[in-house]
Amino acid sequence: MAVLKMQRISICALKKDRKAILEKLQSLGVLEVSHVIGEDDDFQKMDTAQQKAGFEKAAASVDQALEILEKYVPENKSMFASLEGKKLIDQEEEEKVRQERKELLRAAKEISDLDREHAEQLASVAKIHNSIESLTPWLSLDVPLKPSETERTVLIPGTMPGGTTIESVYEALAERAPEAESADIHMISSEQSSVYLAVICLKEEAGAVEEALRSAGFARPSQTWSRTPAQEKEELLREEAECREKIAAVESRIGELAQQRENLKIVSDYYRVRAEKYGVLGQLPQSHRTFVISGYIPQCEAQRVSDELTGKYDCMVDIEELKEDEEAPVILKNNPFSASMEGVVESYGLPAKGEIDPTTIMSFFYVFFFGMMLSDAAYGAIVAIVCGVLVHKFPRMSEGMKKSLKLFFYCGLSTLVWGILFGGYFGNIVDIVSEKFFGTKITVPAVWFAPLDDPMKLLVFSLLFGVIHLFTGLGIKGYLCLKDGKVMDFICDVVLWYLLVIGLILMLLPSDIFASIAQTHIVFPGWLNTMAGGLAAVGAVGIVLMSGRDKKNPALRLALGAYDLYNITGWLSDVLSYSRLLALGLATGVIASVINQMGSMVPSNVIGALGFAVIFVIGHSLNLAINLLGAYVHTNRLQFVEFFGKFYDGGGAPFNPFKENTKYTDIKEETIS
Amino acid sequence: MNIAGEMGIVLALLGAACAVLFAGIGSAIGVGIAGQAASGVVTEDPSKFAKVLVIQLLPGTQGLYGLLVGFITLSKIGILGGELADISVTTGLLILAACLPIAIVGLLSAISQGKTAVAAIGIVAKKPDQFGKAMLFPAMVETYAILALLVSFLAVNGIPV
Repeated sequence: MAVLKMQRISICALKKDRKAILEKLQSLGVLEVSHVIGEDDDFQKMDTAQQKAGFEKAAASVDQALEILEKYVPENKSMFASLEGKKLIDQEEEEKVRQERKELLRAAKEISDLDREHAEQLASVAKIHNSIESLTPWLSLDVPLKPSETERTVLIPGTMPGGTTIESVYEALAERAPEAESADIHMISSEQSSVYLAVICLKEEAGAVEEALRSAGFARPSQTWSRTPAQEKEELLREEAECREKIAAVESRIGELAQQRENLKIVSDYYRVRAEKYGVLGQLPQSHRTFVISGYIPQCEAQRVSDELTGKYDCMVDIEELKEDEEAPVILKNNPFSASMEGVVESYGLPAKGEIDPTTIMSFFYVFFFGMMLSDAAYGAIVAIVCGVLVHKFPRMSEGMKKSLKLFFYCGLSTLVWGILFGGYFGNIVDIVSEKFFGTKITVPAVWFAPLDDPMKLLVFSLLFGVIHLFTGLGIKGYLCLKDGKVMDFICDVVLWYLLVIGLILMLLPSDIFASIAQTHIVFPGWLNTMAGGLAAVGAVGIVLMSGRDKKNPALRLALGAYDLYNITGWLSDVLSYSRLLALGLATGVIASVINQMGSMVPSNVIGALGFAVIFVIGHSLNLAINLLGAYVHTNRLQFVEFFGKFYDGGGAPFNPFKENTKYTDIKEETIS
Repeated sequence: MNIAGEMGIVLALLGAACAVLFAGIGSAIGVGIAGQAASGVVTEDPSKFAKVLVIQLLPGTQGLYGLLVGFITLSKIGILGGELADISVTTGLLILAACLPIAIVGLLSAISQGKTAVAAIGIVAKKPDQFGKAMLFPAMVETYAILALLVSFLAVNGIPV
């Protein structure tokens, strides 16, 4: 339950060691670079933007090549590839690949070029196909498809609308160009939408004939060829075959280059790491012979880094406490159980300066509420086993993923426990199966009680857990106030609210309303009733008087106080919000029994049992998925809104160290994460 | 049994039907509009599929709550067990009234939640790291469906048959 304490480390060293020291720091990955001194006459920053951009470009071009490889030669990936994490490689291997980086960059460029070539060839193939298609109707024409002429005659190829016959063309000619008698019309082919014609006529009549035909819908072909259609088609087919050959060649070449995939990944990471290094290098103030690097480092690492550097190089390492007003980046440090909930806190916001890390306290409530909402022993067991196996099987998965899976593992265990307490195993599967297939109804008894039999009891308990949760949150706020020495705030904002809320609860307990909810009448001794009233009154009056204590104007102060007292409705809605513990628990159980009920409508024989199994598997998978989502969302909500609302704002910046920010591989080396 | 006596069970069944109908319609609309937004995000960036899917599903719970109340009502009036309970018109009306909160609140809250989910999907599209917060906004709307579910459930459960 803590935020790691940060210190400022400043290293001043000789320029000749610059590369070695930067690389050491990068591989240690425990320093967030943040410079406090600016440039002056002695210390100047180096402009590394160009180199950095160059390395970034190299990394990006290799990434692009890898994407192209993935398109042509997909990598064999298992379903769980995303869980496997980055591949671990030896230093020697990395060294070897680094030597070949120029060739690998060339290979990456070649892959990009090949991809472009591939696209171009595919485009030509498509173009050829179009040409062949428009050529096909003319295939039986044995002269070149273009307007051509002999000494006395001309040939005009063209199309007319579908349904045109030779007779109708002659009729149209006779009507519109009666003087042109020489025209000889051949039908080459006809389709539904158009008819393909070759018209031969005397040269002097050509204009009149074409004019007449055009008014009947005649049009010259959009493309012309100098060879006969059949020759042309042959030629086009030959070209297509050539393109196809080229495409095959490109593909096989890419296939060959795909063997370089692993090396490309390594080299891409190499450039990425170097880009990062040059980014940092550009921020360093450097004099003629020395340079300075300064930044945040966790206290627990500071001494080690200092010892390592001073032992090896001529340098000055200075470790100092942060200044009062400095906002340090945040790393959370928790016990292994609570650490799995750090992701939940991060998604809300890391603790800002002066706040405590709420992870540990929250983690217990988180698991508790999650289990209560899902509340089915079998579901819990499935979730826990699946997450447990995955975490065990893929030790190199990313840290965030591991934390989430562990979170669900613990939540699954909690669900298992709550399921046993409430007697839910796939809803009421035991009852249904035993009654249907074995004739006698067996019910697994609930260890505590079955929520469906006594929902009011569970409602009361849900609200009780809610009050405990809220009071814990308020308690932490009180602790923070005391820690900062704000005793007045502690009394006014925390103690008075405790008095008011406890007083009101004590007044509610013996009332008829509560009796009808809980179905038991609680009778308090008279002094307790008086005390309850007293507590509530003291709390209420105190809040009215003290909430606006920073205001001088007494009327404004009372008005603000009264407004703050109105927050009691906020407490009411906060507590009622915990009724979702009951509602979601019921939803899981009831929908599971709906599925079982559906399954039980099958006949009691082998086929029926098979049908039952199908309904069982599909139904319960869906129910598990949707309720897992519901439990996750609503547990988060209870923590974020109700619990954090009492004491926690977040807003801290995450620790973002200078490290080897690789994408595909990790190099075997001693690192601290 | 006269017509008036028969009306009891009809009214009770009408209650169960309303709970399933309206809450289900609401969820269908809510999940539908959220799905349109989610599809838009996935066309741009398929890697956000899992995140937007989770948010799209959030307005789907009202339908389940309606199903829950409907199921409880069906088993209460004996339709599931095969033996119809003898239900007076008053009891039938009581059950119908008990089903109304989840029917109406389910319908409207699921639609609102769907719209909120669309906006939350917008957050994920632009700032995927803010997924935790994005998920919370639609979940806020759901609170009221849960309250309605509780009242419907407790009321149906408490009506003596």
